[in-house]
Amino acid sequence: MKIALTVNGEAREADVWAGESLLTALRDRLELPGSKNACEQGECGSCSVLLDGVPVCSCLVLAAQADGHEIVTVEGLARDGDLHPVQAAFADAGAVQCGFCTPGLIVATDDLLRRSPDPTDDEIREALSGNLCRCTGYAKILDAVRLAAAR
Amino acid sequence: MTTAALSHGRAETATRRHDAVPKVRGEFAYANDLRAAGMLWGHTVRSPHAHARVVSIDTSEAARMPGVHAVLTHDDVPGRKTYGLDFPDQPVLASDRVRYFGEAVAIVAAEEPEQARRAAEAVRVEYEVLQPIVDPERATESEPLHPPGTTARHGFREDPRPNVVRAMVVTRGDIEAPADVTVSGVYEVGQQDQAFLGPESGLALPDGEGGVDIHVATQWTHVDRDQVAPCLALEPEQVRVHLAGVGGAFGGREDLSMQIHAALLALRTGRPVKMAYNRQESFVGHIHRHPARIWAEHRATKAGQLVSVRMRILLDGGAYASSSEAVLSNACSFAIGPYAVENVEIDGLVVYTNNPPCGAMRGFGAVQTCFAAEAQMDRLAAGLGIDPVELRLLNALEPGGRLATGQVITGSLPTREVIRRAAALPIPEPEELPRDVLRLPGGAGNTTRGEGVRRGVGFAVGFKNLCYSEGFDDYCTARVRLSADGAAEVYCASAEVGQGVHDVILGVARRELGTDDVELVTGSTADVGSAGSTSASRMTWMAAGAVQLACRDALEEQERAGGGEVDVERVYRHPRTFPLDPETGQTTGERSHVAFAVAAMRVVVEVDVELGLTRVVWIGTAQDVGNALNPVAVEGQIEGGTAQGLGLALMEEIQTRDGAILNPNFTDYLMPTFLDMPPVVSDLVEEPEPDAPYGVKGVGEPPTVVSTAAIVSALRDATGRELARVPVRPDDVVGL
Ligand code: FES
Ligand code: FES
Repeated sequence: MKIALTVNGEAREADVWAGESLLTALRDRLELPGSKNACEQGECGSCSVLLDGVPVCSCLVLAAQADGHEIVTVEGLARDGDLHPVQAAFADAGAVQCGFCTPGLIVATDDLLRRSPDPTDDEIREALSGNLCRCTGYAKILDAVRLAAAR
Repeated sequence: MTTAALSHGRAETATRRHDAVPKVRGEFAYANDLRAAGMLWGHTVRSPHAHARVVSIDTSEAARMPGVHAVLTHDDVPGRKTYGLDFPDQPVLASDRVRYFGEAVAIVAAEEPEQARRAAEAVRVEYEVLQPIVDPERATESEPLHPPGTTARHGFREDPRPNVVRAMVVTRGDIEAPADVTVSGVYEVGQQDQAFLGPESGLALPDGEGGVDIHVATQWTHVDRDQVAPCLALEPEQVRVHLAGVGGAFGGREDLSMQIHAALLALRTGRPVKMAYNRQESFVGHIHRHPARIWAEHRATKAGQLVSVRMRILLDGGAYASSSEAVLSNACSFAIGPYAVENVEIDGLVVYTNNPPCGAMRGFGAVQTCFAAEAQMDRLAAGLGIDPVELRLLNALEPGGRLATGQVITGSLPTREVIRRAAALPIPEPEELPRDVLRLPGGAGNTTRGEGVRRGVGFAVGFKNLCYSEGFDDYCTARVRLSADGAAEVYCASAEVGQGVHDVILGVARRELGTDDVELVTGSTADVGSAGSTSASRMTWMAAGAVQLACRDALEEQERAGGGEVDVERVYRHPRTFPLDPETGQTTGERSHVAFAVAAMRVVVEVDVELGLTRVVWIGTAQDVGNALNPVAVEGQIEGGTAQGLGLALMEEIQTRDGAILNPNFTDYLMPTFLDMPPVVSDLVEEPEPDAPYGVKGVGEPPTVVSTAAIVSALRDATGRELARVPVRPDDVVGL
């Protein structure tokens, strides 16, 4: 089936299977592999994108459900080649090791800071507890979020 | 020396990893992000049984399905039918028998991933189910799963019993020497998964001349090639393995996963073939940490001096050997921890069963024994009425002392220093009640207001070796091309798995060559010799050594030639190691392990003993890190390694029934989240390793070795329970 949606500000169309997830459509049909697939069960947050401004696990959303909606992925955050402040903070704080969790965490952090520009540590930890990272033990991610908020 | 210092750096990028920007932009190409024109998708047919005879395989229906280009079985493997890291005991595709749940039986390639999946479902395999061997205690009395002698190797102790992968003994001194007190216990460790976030993936491209290029997330491209080529009946040069972006590894990518399968399909169809496992398949797509049963007996004088240690270590190797023999050897070598003990008797055994295969995972055998040995030290301290930290200081192994294997420590091992510094880290005061539920056991579940919550403080010390051991020819190759204008290209096949070794390479090259104009050309078997594996905490040391050597020789050669372009390739080896004597487990030369790293950790926990809920409040650690080239990266390794140890202590376990994995997903296999991880205070003990370039040490494993033991030590303090098995379950700490 055909769907039409806005992705990172651009009007896009894709031909998808009925049961296909938004994540698969983004990665395999729309050539936006930045959102990652680590569980396909809504447990890890690696696939987080904004759907009409609200963060969702794109592995749990059917591509068909995104028809007519607006999606922002990690690829859509940088402006005119400049890193988004959250991206820059992750790079600067040493919050990236293998980086597989990074796109999802950046989308989730951006959402957090738009809701709460100066979050407490507990708020950060709770807000990002749906994003698994297997490499960092989260400490440098906490630093990155604080850094992004401070900037 | 920091990365900034190494790179004479451009300020704004000096602290950023060289791959940080593409990674934060979502542009870094992980193996699963690769595509090629005309690409097909591969899928694997896997056994639903842990042990069965394969009666027949009917691929005819699958082959006729839309979009399907190939369905291959055992008969289609053109070369050697089996492969393996240490012993080729694992079939590329099962022939007459499957030995574990999820074993690969057939492979399919189709135009669309969904078509490949459906075709895989349509392959009809008839099995005759056999009784699985699931209890490692009984493996040596069961019918053999492999032909006798499968894992016999010169230098291994002979053991004629069935299903023995390796048996070993480490013995010295007089185990009956007189002592005042004895403590003993039986300890168990469950099966942990690496659970790297990026599942196994890769892309194989036929080269049109009978050869194949494989782009894959791996830990060692060259040894992948050496295993793949014979199975394809190709020369090694015809198989080129290229490192694709790796989403974490932790040992789980040492063995092959989809490499041979994708290559077989690509060569058969003449098209590029991509294979990407989902999470469920990933749980059967790689080996796991060995479950262990350990009996230990420690004897000491009244003053607390250890007199003797006896241990029996049983590891469940699962269905195939992988690196089990080396994991066992490590478990035995480091079993007693970094303590000086004259009289030792360690009996180790790793067996074949029909459980999921086990092999390398961060800590490599030392995690399991550290858990047992440190519990014993706490018990001994309690029995003697000596402070646990004092007891450890009293017995600390330091340079000049001997390992259980008789090796005299010659390099750096600041055991007392890490113990003192970890013990000196100030622990937080108990936080008053009432407080935010997020900072109580049970957290957002809002299960308590603090009544029934008990606090405990624990301590542990752990150590292990760096680099490969026991006479293994451990080397790393680097190649440097210097152009006339001084710009450099550095080739090194060392696998960047997230730990930051590529930044180490760039930093070393910039420093040695005196220029920032350095490009790293990464890991392909086509361009440069082997770097060895990204494992055993060896890669920073080995890559730094090889790149340093190649850079210095390139400069020298350029000077000799009076300028112009030079291209040199150099091989770096660390000091030689020697095998262990098969009868005594004692080293047969100066050393069997090249160097060591030690960490001590202090932990504060709170346990809600009414509900069995646990919260780790604070972790402080002092770790022997050699010369820390990049302190932020070192801390990142400590924090991440600690989180994995916390997972094993509290929640992570692959559960099986009759060999089948019951929880192959992140809903049921629980890992630490942001809310589970407390702050980690890391005190870096920087004592240069004399045998290593720049005095570096590997840092990734010690935190994983020590943290499980330290956390459970704190839980024991809080609850007074023995807690002899990890992961500790709510039932174990409830109802005091
Ligand atoms: S892939 Fe969507 S939550 Fe894990
Ligand atoms: S950096 Fe590897 S999973 Fe987070």
